[in-house]
Amino acid sequence: MNLLGLALRSLINRRFAVILTILTIALSIALLVLVEQMRSEVRDGFYRSVSGTDLIVGARTAPIQLLLYSVFGIGDATNNVSWQTYQELAGTSDVAWAIPMALGDMHRGYRVMGTSDALFEHFRYGDRRALELAEGRAFDDLFDVVVGHQVARQLDYDIGDRIVLSHGTGSTALQQHEEHPFTISGILAPTGTPVDQTLYISLPAHRAIHIGWERGTRMPGAEIDPDQARERADELHPESVTAVLLGLQTRAAVFGLQRRINDYRAEALTAIMPGITLQELWRITGLAEQILRVVAGMVVLAGLLGMLTVLLTTLNERRREMAILRANGARPWQIAGLLVFEAGLIAACGIIAGVGLALLAQALAAPWLLTTFGLHVAVSWPATGLWLVLAGILGAGLAIGLVPALMAYRRTLADGMQVRM
Amino acid sequence: MNTNSDLLRIEELRYTWPGESRPVLDIGEFTIGRGERLFLRGPSGSGKSTLLGAIAGLVRPDHGRILFDRTDLGSLSNAARDRFRAEQLGVIFQQFNLLPWLDVRANVTLPCRFSRSRARRAGNVAAAADHLLDAMDLAPELRAKRADELSVGQQQRVAAARALIGKPQLVLADEPTSALDSDRRQAFIELLFSQVEAAGSALLFVSHDPDLARDFDREVSLPTINRAGVAA
Repeated sequence: MNLLGLALRSLINRRFAVILTILTIALSIALLVLVEQMRSEVRDGFYRSVSGTDLIVGARTAPIQLLLYSVFGIGDATNNVSWQTYQELAGTSDVAWAIPMALGDMHRGYRVMGTSDALFEHFRYGDRRALELAEGRAFDDLFDVVVGHQVARQLDYDIGDRIVLSHGTGSTALQQHEEHPFTISGILAPTGTPVDQTLYISLPAHRAIHIGWERGTRMPGAEIDPDQARERADELHPESVTAVLLGLQTRAAVFGLQRRINDYRAEALTAIMPGITLQELWRITGLAEQILRVVAGMVVLAGLLGMLTVLLTTLNERRREMAILRANGARPWQIAGLLVFEAGLIAACGIIAGVGLALLAQALAAPWLLTTFGLHVAVSWPATGLWLVLAGILGAGLAIGLVPALMAYRRTLADGMQVRM
Repeated sequence: MNTNSDLLRIEELRYTWPGESRPVLDIGEFTIGRGERLFLRGPSGSGKSTLLGAIAGLVRPDHGRILFDRTDLGSLSNAARDRFRAEQLGVIFQQFNLLPWLDVRANVTLPCRFSRSRARRAGNVAAAADHLLDAMDLAPELRAKRADELSVGQQQRVAAARALIGKPQLVLADEPTSALDSDRRQAFIELLFSQVEAAGSALLFVSHDPDLARDFDREVSLPTINRAGVAA
């Protein structure tokens, strides 16, 4: 007890060096924890976003690209699936449901997706949960729009608000579909997936606002009047959709259907199983994750070596201190213990501060991840495995403390009564 | 002199530093009586640090015996020698006696942290520290200060109070006045004497300055008793 009191006072006396050392270790630990936490949180977020979808079908492209632009709104499609093919897919006997996705419009930075009522019926996220409307209803009028939770929250929208969509998916879509304003009919409950960042309109509405835009820009006079469009709503459908989510009658049919779609002769298509494609994605990002882990590990090592440097440097300055302690009855093991205790305390403070820093950084990064990628990253307590790693680092800190402790032990024995400068 | 009344008795002590060919110490006989105030005169390099180290149990002699209170220090384990030092010895160095980051009181009570019997003999440790600091003429307002805020003379008096807390049987003082002004030296020695007497401790005072030897019970010249005859 008494000895620990002495160690603490000695540390307080050297507080600047000690705090800097703790800070060094804390930063390195924060990096390590953050890399590990973000990795698992981001993976969880991706898995949460598609559950219950057996196949995603798009125009021939790389599987990962298809997954990213269809579900996560990352990147754009280079080609579409024709309306005819979509109808054939939806009508295949193995297919229980099909959710069309027609992309290409934005609203104030958020994606607008043309889809059908199948979305509200069949789309699943998280633990196979269906979408729920927090307020209002799904599409009723042709120009109804259902908005995701974040869209409504960020833009402060309520049921009945009228909004205008923009053409194109660039970050600054300049042309507005101003002749076809939409009315917000429903607001979705939060999901923690990209759904929260999306606005949903019906496929006929998607078609209606693009009549007269076939050349990619508005042809004055060619567009359709909203009331005219309402009358013709039943016959309106887009010429193509960006992607289709498929749910099958039996999961066993998934491989056969996937092969048939990939071999489809009339149109070049790609069908992917989201889980498997995510695995492929992790294989690619896995290397980067490993590199980040190694870097974080090296930084922790650098932090611990920094501590060793500080302890060894002070050891020379403290030689006198140790001779005084020894002359007043301290045993050599007590002096060695003092140094191990110091190292342990510095490492422990560094680890605790580091975990705190990491949680803080996570909390600060969470809104950015949510708005940028639609990923809901929870500030979660590190997993058991990570705590074991941290305990290992504490052990390494104590082991590093043994180096100066051993030197001090030998010196106190050799110095005897002499107070060397 | 009656052997039984000796507090410390050194017989045929020889010590050679590792790697040296000639011994630094070769002492036939050297004694300190209980409560005796002994002045050991020796220039630097005469082996006094080694002798003090041997008496404190920090240097294990190659040959000979060091009997403290009839116990041979050489026969004790390292741990037992550490315990002996904590319980029975008070030490005052030339300078830099105190832990700079501790306050004055905590410096005085330091030996009581390492020895329970020393703390027991001191009784109320805080009160004993204050009593000794009073006796060493250290103003009360200085006692809560960090040790490194004190003057050298004040620090030496604090060191003396620390050496005396818990009434050790022997106080080793290694040139404790060499950092002091000459007019302060005599005052320091007088304060030290009165408190050594009050504690009933013996005092081994090492110095190269023969002027200080006046009031001691006995004076011994280290070059005379040390047959190793180390060149000064």
